[in-house]
Amino acid sequence: MTSLPDQTAKSLGLVIDLDTCVGCHACVTACKGWNTENYGAPLADTDAYGANPVGSFLNRVHSYEIQPETGPAQLIHMPKSCLHCADAPCVTVCPTGASYKRVEDGIVLVNESECIGCGLCAWACPYGAREMDPAEGVMKKCTLCVDRIYNENLPEEDRQPACVRTCPAGARHFGDLADPESDVSKLVADRGGIELMPEQGTAPVNRYLPPRPKDEMPEFDVLAPFLEPVAEEPQGFLGWLDKTLTKVSG
Amino acid sequence: MHPAPSIILFTTLSGLGFGMLAWLGLDVPAPRGWIAFIFFLIAFGLSCGGLLSSTFHLGHPERFLKAFTQWRSSWLSREAWAAIIALGLMGLYAIGLIFFDARWRLFGITGALMSVVTIFATSMIYMQMRTVPRWNHWSPPVLFLGYGIAGGALLTGNVTAAILLLIAVGAIQVFAWMDQQRREAASDTNLSTATGLGQPGTVRAFEPPHTGSNYLTNEMVFRVGRKHANILRAISLGLSVLLPVVFLLLPFSHILAALAVLSHLAGVLVQRWLFFAEARHVVGLYYGK
Repeated sequence: MTSLPDQTAKSLGLVIDLDTCVGCHACVTACKGWNTENYGAPLADTDAYGANPVGSFLNRVHSYEIQPETGPAQLIHMPKSCLHCADAPCVTVCPTGASYKRVEDGIVLVNESECIGCGLCAWACPYGAREMDPAEGVMKKCTLCVDRIYNENLPEEDRQPACVRTCPAGARHFGDLADPESDVSKLVADRGGIELMPEQGTAPVNRYLPPRPKDEMPEFDVLAPFLEPVAEEPQGFLGWLDKTLTKVSG
Repeated sequence: MHPAPSIILFTTLSGLGFGMLAWLGLDVPAPRGWIAFIFFLIAFGLSCGGLLSSTFHLGHPERFLKAFTQWRSSWLSREAWAAIIALGLMGLYAIGLIFFDARWRLFGITGALMSVVTIFATSMIYMQMRTVPRWNHWSPPVLFLGYGIAGGALLTGNVTAAILLLIAVGAIQVFAWMDQQRREAASDTNLSTATGLGQPGTVRAFEPPHTGSNYLTNEMVFRVGRKHANILRAISLGLSVLLPVVFLLLPFSHILAALAVLSHLAGVLVQRWLFFAEARHVVGLYYGK
């Protein structure tokens, strides 16, 4: 079971728009909420209200600063969760068969009742997508909300991962990346979507849309001549005060 | 990587134990009866103690039998099988030597082979990690095997072999330490490939997802050991190779032999601590480390 399938019928995954993400962490909260209350062991926290709170999350938002060769720096928020790799190294290292990639849709899952909590899959993942649950002692990871996307008890608009459903900026998209006609595939083609760490050979399914170039703002100086300071050096009472205080502070 | 005591003990003790079993399986030395009993007691104590210690870092140690199922793909599973087969064969072989004064050659030779395979499988668990550039190299298997077999020679009293093997392991270790920094620096994974950002220009980690630590930073972004790495390397080399070689070259006494063994054990423990503590996992890049 821990061998990877040669091929999957679909490659379900996420497309995350780094140009649109505002870094609000709503996806983190929605993910934690849904996955604590539904499939598998709840995502535990330890010392949640104490000095050193630690907990397991399936999705975390990092922030990076790009300093272009010219112009101002740009802040990019980068949500990161399991990329559901085609060549997932976390699956093949698993000694028990708990970790597997589904043939029907390519989702990488953990069968928690088979997991011995050795942590080897978390070591094998270059992206930090797997976290050991501190209370349950089993490995937790993004399920692509497998208990939402096929759930006929939910209204149709809710049958997508919690992070995608909740994103207020529309920065997250869910779909079949193996189908070139799907909306997500078109989006990736359109925007030049990229893989993270392609050199690690994991063939991730998720794609990230890089930030688009910013508009150039011309220097706006029509009124500037009228706004120049009237006096460079303070004069009169303020000038006296400035001199006196400079002497006193010495 | 976080240097978990259970894993350090496991790789050190079981490496020594299986190294010892390999020598015993080849019948060098050739103990019989009570002497054989003592030798096998030590070898089984070390290898089984090490294996037992490895279960302490599991989240669900009671499910350890499941780890035998995935030998087709997983080195951890292969290691479990190799260890059980080696212990079984060497157990039968030990019964012959201890109780019947008989050397059942088939069990000895296959048991010795499987003992070496076990050490190799342990090392492959680390070597296969592309995410840890320092490990993803031929040196961990060679060194794990080297320490195991050299330590086994020391423990079984194969003095000449022990001296030569220890010196060889020390030399390979020094090379591996020097080379691993170069290899890590040459790794083609960096913050730019990790984020896909920064072209053209530079990218830097601005803010982590949260102010505290998490499983990933605790487990894979361990940074304490690197500060004192050089002095610890010297201590490790001195204890595991130099002191035992000096003790072995002096006129034989049981006290010196015991000191050589203890010194070697302490040195390998330090080496294993460094093996984990110095290794950087690429996930640290996402955290700007």
